[in-house]
Amino acid sequence: MAQRWTITYEVFRKKGSHPPHFDRFKLDVSPDEYVLDGIERIWAFHDRSLVFSHACHHSTCGACGMRVNGLEKLTCITPIHKVTRDGGVIRVEPLKNFPVISDLSVDMSLLYQRMEMVGQRSVLPIEEEGIPDGLLYGKEQKSGHLRLADCIECGLCMSACPISATTSSYLGPAALAGAHQHSIADPQAASLVDHADGVWRCHSAFECTSVCPSNVNPGWRIMDLRKRLISSRILGIFRRL
Amino acid sequence: MTAEKPHVVIIGAGFTGVATAHDLALRGCAVTVVDRGPIANGTSGRTHGLLHSGGRYAVNDQESAIECIDENLILRRIVPQVIEPNGGLFIALDDSDLEYGERFIEGSQACHIPIEQISPQEALRLEPNLNPKLLAAFTVPDATFDPLRLALSFAATAKSNGAHFRLFTEVEGFITDGQGNVTGVKVWDRAQDAHGEIHADMVVNATGAWAGQIAAMAGYEGLPITPTPGVMVAFDQRLTNRVINRLNVPGDGDIVLPQRMMVVVGTTSFQIEDLDYVPVIEDQVRQMLERGAELIPALKTANIRGAYMATRPLVGKGSSGRSLARTFKCFDHKETQGIEGLVTITGGKATTMRAMAEKTADIVCQKLGITAPCLTRDVPLLSYRQFYILPN
Repeated sequence: MAQRWTITYEVFRKKGSHPPHFDRFKLDVSPDEYVLDGIERIWAFHDRSLVFSHACHHSTCGACGMRVNGLEKLTCITPIHKVTRDGGVIRVEPLKNFPVISDLSVDMSLLYQRMEMVGQRSVLPIEEEGIPDGLLYGKEQKSGHLRLADCIECGLCMSACPISATTSSYLGPAALAGAHQHSIADPQAASLVDHADGVWRCHSAFECTSVCPSNVNPGWRIMDLRKRLISSRILGIFRRL
Repeated sequence: MTAEKPHVVIIGAGFTGVATAHDLALRGCAVTVVDRGPIANGTSGRTHGLLHSGGRYAVNDQESAIECIDENLILRRIVPQVIEPNGGLFIALDDSDLEYGERFIEGSQACHIPIEQISPQEALRLEPNLNPKLLAAFTVPDATFDPLRLALSFAATAKSNGAHFRLFTEVEGFITDGQGNVTGVKVWDRAQDAHGEIHADMVVNATGAWAGQIAAMAGYEGLPITPTPGVMVAFDQRLTNRVINRLNVPGDGDIVLPQRMMVVVGTTSFQIEDLDYVPVIEDQVRQMLERGAELIPALKTANIRGAYMATRPLVGKGSSGRSLARTFKCFDHKETQGIEGLVTITGGKATTMRAMAEKTADIVCQKLGITAPCLTRDVPLLSYRQFYILPN
């Protein structure tokens, strides 16, 4: 028989203007189940008032990002055995740096506004994704086919970013990575983020890259954008001479 | 006195609900969409992501096949921002597949699905990870879509035309006129933990696999709907650029489709009692790997990234989900149960969401005396991001 664990979910709760608190739910789980499966079961069988966001359950939609034991995770692909042990606890909280709608759901309109503003492309050939050579995911070949962009706009990077936490006007890693992707096809796009709340605000913590579930590598992209902007400025000086 | 727009409440923010909201908003209705969760939290969000060419149904369910190819071409045109439009292949691996191929050619012609037979060598050149033992291959105009973004694009466009969304808001019951006719819904806003009522000139039950439960709240227990889940398994390598189908009668684990940096293998077909939580069955996950690897042997070297269940709403009551047609059905409960004010739309497939909405909106408009025609075949949809950006 498959292995079963008993674990406790500690779930952040927030309704309307009431102060937030945590509720505890003891669950019988398979260690191979995903964190989101447990949350959905809490809603289905224990507490129908639990609010959480989810859609695709396989890491293509970016809806189910949460903080799991303090770290940003896409809960649909995070197996329970990776974040706790038999008898252990899973503490789930909403993403940081976004307003909480209720419980585990946040309002990410600001992220979508910024993605739109930088012109991040949602469908494109992989050649124009801007992935550095050698970092292609698995065995994927460059082929010219159109493909959904790697960034699933899940917001994990904005939640983990120490600058986004202190500076709300900072565009944040996802939008800067989106500007980088756009600039592969149209180099002018880099100028959209060439300002103090854009590419120059980042302090190179690389928290974004470490939490990204989708291989976007925003930290590397921000650094690459800086390089591109500096090169074009230096070239500009020579052109004027 | 100014004539107010008729108010339609749509229950369900899955594919059918958001497409119906879009259609009715364009025809001049005031629309409110209520859902107990966020957009596409049920079956819609968890679909395979296959924009069907219709090839899968060309032999056994030609009505669905024709709906699929017609809608496939429309969606490619109105919402390219969520689609990987790379086509698909049907491949034969044994004699039974080759035999089926003859019927597949006839069926595809009958359903005007453009297919082309290519040599196994050509198929391997296009998709090097195919099983090298393939015996025959046909190209079809399949595609892949992003499920949530497809729903959001319809919802965003509906919102831009005035539709209002009440998410995390669960319907607890119907408001009736004392004679059993529906005049609105009683709701529980789960985010605020507040109860309320929304009055309506017409209510549309667009809850897919849950449509029977909602119809029962209005007093109709017998809606012919068979919720039929199937498993999907996502692998961490994009091993193909086209959708790969087994050239045979639809069965388990016979579709492998690319999506972002992954491939997804599906699916199975069984029946359940409790719709709100369908556990992932480990044997079915193993079956997907084994069956999928017959098409794409390199799957054996990939890691499972996610495994999940989605529950199809199949119209009818039958012994086997595979034998039920994939077509959709709209019920005017005035006609069937004498309940005025309630229309149910269910069945169908993601690919046919727009057509389902058109049929539903036709019935709603006819009942409300609205003569405006359907415009959704030609109106390009907004960016999915606009759903979050536009004011509600």
